[in-house]
Amino acid sequence: MIAGGLAAFARMLSGASVRWTTPVTGARQRIWFGNHSSHLDFVLIWSALPRELRATARPVAGADYWGRGPIRRYVACNVFHAILVDRSDGPATPERASAAIDSIATQMGPGESIIVFPEGTRSRTGELLPFKSGMYHLSKRKPGVELVPVHLANLSRILPKGEMLPVPLHGRIVFGAPMYLEDGETKDAFLGRARAALLALKDA
Amino acid sequence: MTALTAFLGTNLGRLVAGVVAFLVVATLIGQVMARTARSEKTLATLRNANARIRAWWVMVAVFGVAVGTGGTGSILMFAVVSFLAMREFMTLTPTASDDHAVLIFAFFIFAPIQYALVWAEWYGLFSILIPVYAFVAFATRAALSGNTQRFLERTATVQWGLMACVYCVSHTPALLILRIPDHPDAGATLLFYLVLVAQINDVMQYIWGKALGEHPVAPTVSPNKTWEGFVGGTLTTIGIGTALWWATPFSPLAALAMSTVITLLGFSGGLVMSAIKRDRGVKDFGAMIEGHGGILDRIDSLLFAAPVFFHLVRFFYQPYEWR
Repeated sequence: MIAGGLAAFARMLSGASVRWTTPVTGARQRIWFGNHSSHLDFVLIWSALPRELRATARPVAGADYWGRGPIRRYVACNVFHAILVDRSDGPATPERASAAIDSIATQMGPGESIIVFPEGTRSRTGELLPFKSGMYHLSKRKPGVELVPVHLANLSRILPKGEMLPVPLHGRIVFGAPMYLEDGETKDAFLGRARAALLALKDA
Repeated sequence: MTALTAFLGTNLGRLVAGVVAFLVVATLIGQVMARTARSEKTLATLRNANARIRAWWVMVAVFGVAVGTGGTGSILMFAVVSFLAMREFMTLTPTASDDHAVLIFAFFIFAPIQYALVWAEWYGLFSILIPVYAFVAFATRAALSGNTQRFLERTATVQWGLMACVYCVSHTPALLILRIPDHPDAGATLLFYLVLVAQINDVMQYIWGKALGEHPVAPTVSPNKTWEGFVGGTLTTIGIGTALWWATPFSPLAALAMSTVITLLGFSGGLVMSAIKRDRGVKDFGAMIEGHGGILDRIDSLLFAAPVFFHLVRFFYQPYEWR
């Protein structure tokens, strides 16, 4: 109920309209992946999902922000059942990256979906940054998982990185067609394809 | 019941009753025609017309409640209208992320203060807050952000949006401030008169344009605005506006002059907003009202008419020593 209230509030703040280019129905394991520019992003994607898909969708959020302070922690863990990942400073070694993927994969229950931002951080300008490889490794760990691109327009203007107060402009949420990791597809080919699918929604 | 009878006895009450009666007739005609229409094209036109009529009912209801709850209700309603209009405008304005603070000023400082000043009836500050203080504040804050790229374009567009959506629109409820001898409730009646004439003009231009429109006034701006629609709509609206003189403090001749001003400025407001939409590559500012586009598409005819009408009434009808 708190989640519903927060979602409605975020929707009102962002005046966001929702568009589905392809209908996405039925319960199955999905990765909703979007462009990242504000702290409202995951709440907005969550709020735009049909009711029956909301219940199983868990955001993946940075522990350095969402795990700090009792209120943020409560909202992230108890309200949205977020999976927190460690992205704290330090050398980005392959070991640490694969540990993060491991932790997401084990926390993600059989019927559960996740909301991720493959850029790994919020974009300052609204331009789409290069994707980190996590989504590729996760797709390999969960064969048959459906990946749905979600483009958020204008959020970088509504609540830019580093600002506290949102400006009430109109946002836009566009869901694209589901895609899958193909057999034998390389990491770069897959990430390039996913990034292109997300970019294509900009003008959809 | 007695309150309703008393309301219908006032000039405002008669005007409202007239609009409701007109909408009832329009709804009936629209429904009957939609049922008997044969060609697909006529049906599409009728569907659009009927959606507009339905939206009109909603707008009249909202407006009725606002005016019915006295000054505060009207001021609140126009404040909300301004806020939503500015939201549509700024969404289409190419600001930089460094303009965040300037936008916060516009939405959360200047817009609320402007309407608070209408409520407080502080005419002196109301009329200069945005042209003077917002002008200075925006430019200064934008310069402090350190981003000089397209500096003038960015600051000027935010200023323009605040002027159009908040400053201009706020002159409509500001009519409630005006005091006119022998017309104790002139403010509310003039508010209704202004909105009514401006909106009738939109409808008339639309009807004449649909029926006879051929030669566009400014084809690169809006192919839907034709000379036929302009002349037919303007003359019809001026006729109606003049015929309603009895409800206002105006003589018939003055009502003719006032409705001419409202009509012509209504047209220019619509034309200018079309030019902005064309430049930004959109057809409508939003999709809030069915058949009408966004809220800014609905009030564009009020933007220029409201401040000029306000100042004409203030200059000619409010005694100097009452100002």
